[in-house]
Amino acid sequence: MRNTYDLRHTDMPTADPERPTLEFLARHNGWLVLVSLALTVGIWSLVIDWGDLPAFLLPAPRAVWQKFMQMLLDGTLLRHAWVTLYEVLLGLLAGSLVATSLGYALSKSPLLEKVLSPYLVANQAVPTVAIAPLLIIWFGPGVFSKVLICALIVFFPVMVNTIIGFRAVSANLYDLMRSMRATRAQTLRLLELPAALPVLFGGLRIGAALSVIGAVVGEFVGSDKGLGFLINVGRGQYDTALVFVSIITLILMALSLYGLAMLAEKRTTRWKAADRG
Amino acid sequence: MTDGFLEIQRLGMSFRDNKGHLEVLRDVSFSLGQEEFLCVLGPSGSGKSTLLRLIAGLLKPSEGQINFFGCECQPRVGLVFQYANLMPWRTVRQNIALPLELQQVPAPEIEKRVDAMIELVGLTEFSHSWPSELSGGMAQRVAIARAFIQEPDLLLLDEPFGALDALTRERMGAELLNIWQGQRIPVVMVTHSISEALLLSDRVLVFTRRPGQITQDVAVNFPRPRMEELRYSAAFQQMERSLRDSLRETVN
Ligand SMILES: Nc1ncnc2c1ncn2[C@@H]1O[C@H](COP(=O)(O)OP(=O)(O)OP(=O)(O)O)[C@@H](O)[C@H]1O
Ligand SMILES: [Mg+2]
Repeated sequence: MRNTYDLRHTDMPTADPERPTLEFLARHNGWLVLVSLALTVGIWSLVIDWGDLPAFLLPAPRAVWQKFMQMLLDGTLLRHAWVTLYEVLLGLLAGSLVATSLGYALSKSPLLEKVLSPYLVANQAVPTVAIAPLLIIWFGPGVFSKVLICALIVFFPVMVNTIIGFRAVSANLYDLMRSMRATRAQTLRLLELPAALPVLFGGLRIGAALSVIGAVVGEFVGSDKGLGFLINVGRGQYDTALVFVSIITLILMALSLYGLAMLAEKRTTRWKAADRG
Repeated sequence: MTDGFLEIQRLGMSFRDNKGHLEVLRDVSFSLGQEEFLCVLGPSGSGKSTLLRLIAGLLKPSEGQINFFGCECQPRVGLVFQYANLMPWRTVRQNIALPLELQQVPAPEIEKRVDAMIELVGLTEFSHSWPSELSGGMAQRVAIARAFIQEPDLLLLDEPFGALDALTRERMGAELLNIWQGQRIPVVMVTHSISEALLLSDRVLVFTRRPGQITQDVAVNFPRPRMEELRYSAAFQQMERSLRDSLRETVN
């Protein structure tokens, strides 16, 4: 399980694993990204040609591309990618739903927060990666255990953001709503949710990136489908082209999810743009 | 002014904090007429904002009673604070429409009433602006429009022009008076400006230092509609001076 160890090492979910590099990418012009990609592939080819590396260490870009097309055409890639995406999305959804409802309750009740905080800290302190094998044993190698791992890994950052978001709602606006005799539901819909939305989306964005990690970790530990499974297979057969194709697909998936969350955030917080101007 | 709207009897308010308790208001009694514009003056910390929050039902009094004639329940109040307190994620017109949305007024009627109100406060051009794009005076106009549009039973203003420059402040006072002439509802307004109080109100209450008590209850009988020129009349300046003197006494 060297792979999982590495993952845990670099991607420990913390309360605020903001990823400035991704934002940097998104904010810069598309052509700049293309140029840098072209450069990377160019250097990669040169290393292959001059370095005389065996293919099982570093496959040529051409070989990766051929592998990619072959897997795309025979349907394996999409079949496995779909499984992973399915786990990622379902885990993200379940984890975020529980995290936002619990976070809302906690933001309202300091007492509840005190009672639950040992468990919440435990959830954060124990790397989900470490209990993934247990979950696989308990719930089997199917999709459900992966969804559970994703949900667990997504839970904490989304909940923390939810609490921060709801706690930050202006006391004066609460007074205003009360003076107009707003009901609880109206206060939630017209004040609390819109006020907390930017922070909630921030949590969702982080959660999306973490959920991909969760799914891959789960698939490493035990599965018979998904991109993480493909990487494991590739490793076993020294088929580095297969590993590369899987990794690149994972990156694309994580980037699109992150981008989608960011787009949603932008759309719902247009007023923030005016704030800065 | 014979019809009563609100009666406050022996109102007292204390806050409990970690260091014991803080008495903020003591034995405050007064009543407010159906169409009366009441101003409250007093030193900082004398419990003026607390009084408004008590009347608005945002706080429960420690002692005494607040009674509204004619309605059993809490009346609907329009609240305006020193800072506009707008929702930054709503445009100007959406902010003004908020109270009507809460009352579930049908959308076409909301549109109509918001249009009329925006025109009244002179913000038609800024109808679709975000609050962050407004100046302080414009934002405060939105807050006033939002308070008036729901046709509240009572208007509570807490230093509504306190953050504005002197000229804007005078103009806003005149505009407030103008809107109020069209919608004669009872008003309680906290202010630190004596001349503003005299220009706008029918009656001025002066509070002492904490714990706030009423030391003076002064009727302001200048005929309405009042014009800016009133400031320069001898009677006005006479009253202004005597109020300033008594306010100075409460501070010392
Ligand atoms: N919720 C609260 N809990 C504890 N103390 C409070 C609370 N609200 C107000 N106070 C205290 O009550 C006192 C009176 O406050 P209040 O805001 O009513 O004064 P004010 O007359 O409006 O003053 P200012 O002119 O500065 O606005 C202050 O000392 C304040 O710290
Ligand atoms: Mg105050």
